[in-house]
Amino acid sequence: MIPNEHLPAILVTLPILSSILVMLFRNATFSWIVTSISCTITAFFSIILYLDVYNSGVISYAMGGWEPPIGIEYRIDLLNALLISLISIASSLIILYARRSLKEEAGNNKQSTFYSMYSLCLAGLIGILSTGDAFNAFVFLEISSLATYIMISIGHNKRALVAAYQYLIMGTIGATLYVIGVGLIFVITGSLNLVDISNQMENIELLRPVYAALAFITVGISLKIALFPLHAWLPNAYAYAPSVGTAFLSSTATKVAIYLLLKYVFLVFGYELIYSNILFSTVIIVLSIAAMFGASLVAIFQSNIKKLFAYSSISQIGYITLGVGIANYNGLIGSTVHIINHSIIKAAIFLVIGCLIFQIKDMSIVRLSGLGKRMPLMATCLTLSSISLIGIPGTVGFVSKWYLVVGAIEKGWWIVVLAIAISSILALIYVGRIIEIMWFQEPEDSEISKFPNIPIEMTIITVILTLATIYFGVDTRFTAGLATLAVENVLLGGAH
Amino acid sequence: MNFISNFILSYNYYIIIFLMISGLFIVVAKGNMVKKLIGLALFQTSVYILYISPGKIIGGTAPIIDNSYTVYSSPFPHVLILTAIVVGIATLSVGLALVIRINDEFGTIEEDELFEKEEL
Repeated sequence: MIPNEHLPAILVTLPILSSILVMLFRNATFSWIVTSISCTITAFFSIILYLDVYNSGVISYAMGGWEPPIGIEYRIDLLNALLISLISIASSLIILYARRSLKEEAGNNKQSTFYSMYSLCLAGLIGILSTGDAFNAFVFLEISSLATYIMISIGHNKRALVAAYQYLIMGTIGATLYVIGVGLIFVITGSLNLVDISNQMENIELLRPVYAALAFITVGISLKIALFPLHAWLPNAYAYAPSVGTAFLSSTATKVAIYLLLKYVFLVFGYELIYSNILFSTVIIVLSIAAMFGASLVAIFQSNIKKLFAYSSISQIGYITLGVGIANYNGLIGSTVHIINHSIIKAAIFLVIGCLIFQIKDMSIVRLSGLGKRMPLMATCLTLSSISLIGIPGTVGFVSKWYLVVGAIEKGWWIVVLAIAISSILALIYVGRIIEIMWFQEPEDSEISKFPNIPIEMTIITVILTLATIYFGVDTRFTAGLATLAVENVLLGGAH
Repeated sequence: MNFISNFILSYNYYIIIFLMISGLFIVVAKGNMVKKLIGLALFQTSVYILYISPGKIIGGTAPIIDNSYTVYSSPFPHVLILTAIVVGIATLSVGLALVIRINDEFGTIEEDELFEKEEL
């Protein structure tokens, strides 16, 4: 019944169609229903796609019937199928939560714009994941970025506009640097198909332009990842976007950019070319550790809870790129599994914050005092999901840090192991501060009765995601298991 | 001598690099938000030329198959850049729209004044 062989194309076009439909009618409730349906169907299809790849191997789909390498190829393997499933499931959960939270934070007339951009961004992200064409990836990168800028600017604080503008400047520079890199590759190889490029890489004698292309592409994508010195856009963007938007961005957008980096490093340039020279992994590891320390230190001194977790995102991204720098079997599993785990953690945390804003209408940490007594369920959710950031055994954070530590030990890099340990302690400090305020301080006033109750769908989704951070910390078949499979088959694909 | 002849033969790339750097410089150095966007557009445009210029073969004609021609320029970069131009326009217009909204809300589009007012 379902046209299986066209799934890669359907996954991209379905959200685009729903985005256009929403924009035409501009009715908030209708928009929400359409977007929810399209996101749910997308999630359902993405799981079917994963099962297809799992059963029958890599799928190569010729877009429009034009055979690669001349036409655009969509190439689905175990790694990007996994990430497509991850982001479409995350986005369908978040959209079910979105309705009343968004009404509260965005106002009536902007809701349908937000839903439209939400679908468009999802389409762009799925496009980046599935395409096997360097330039097509750029187009999808810009589609998702433009949608993101608008989603951020919808935030009710007027600073959201400035945050969106700053992200637009940084994001466009990043995308343009990426295009320069792609242009250099195109001049060297005469091809834009990533498989074709990687086949030609072995025969290239003049390596200087290849290294230049690598540098441009890495820096360009790093701006999108918000790797440490290029992270300046992220805190304001996350802090002033509507909570639904923040949850969506933090669990999908940066993760997709990291996948793009992984794709270039391992599938296009190739392990030998990049890691034969120690420079690349040194730079990545130094920046990752700087992110883990620097961003965590800044997070400790934040008074705005959304900004605090935005800085925490930067430091967690440091863990993911650390695995790319370590680049052995366990390090890469650590990276991949942390993409999944951090996405679940941050979705849970920002959805809890969305519930809090719905009631308290304020994001400063002092207003959380006594939350354990006033809203015990939300306080528990926030506590459980944020201890994952520290990496306490039994939470998802522990699983990914375990793989990273094992990877670093295998390489004999004890300084990296120490850095992971110390940065966990820094996470303990900023998370501990919130937990202390929530559970051990008295409420500053007793205006609980004035608060509207948190809508039931918001509570349910938040609880589901929080339980997921615990469940996947104990049962790692779906996170670490599938990540291992992806790393074995795709990233190290026999070359190990 | 070798350096000079290299320079002259690949002068197009030096022009592109000059445009690129001036675009980036405007983005970094100017505080006015519209000027920043102009710099950004310049930066993007220089990349279009970076793509177009290696596709041109001297003496080559438009890639329409005809018996009287044997040398053709590559049409591929042009197609890509058409897409990139569309992306660039979209980015610029979203950026300008944001600047208009910022001007409405804050009453200024100079970053210095903005940061003074708002402690962003």
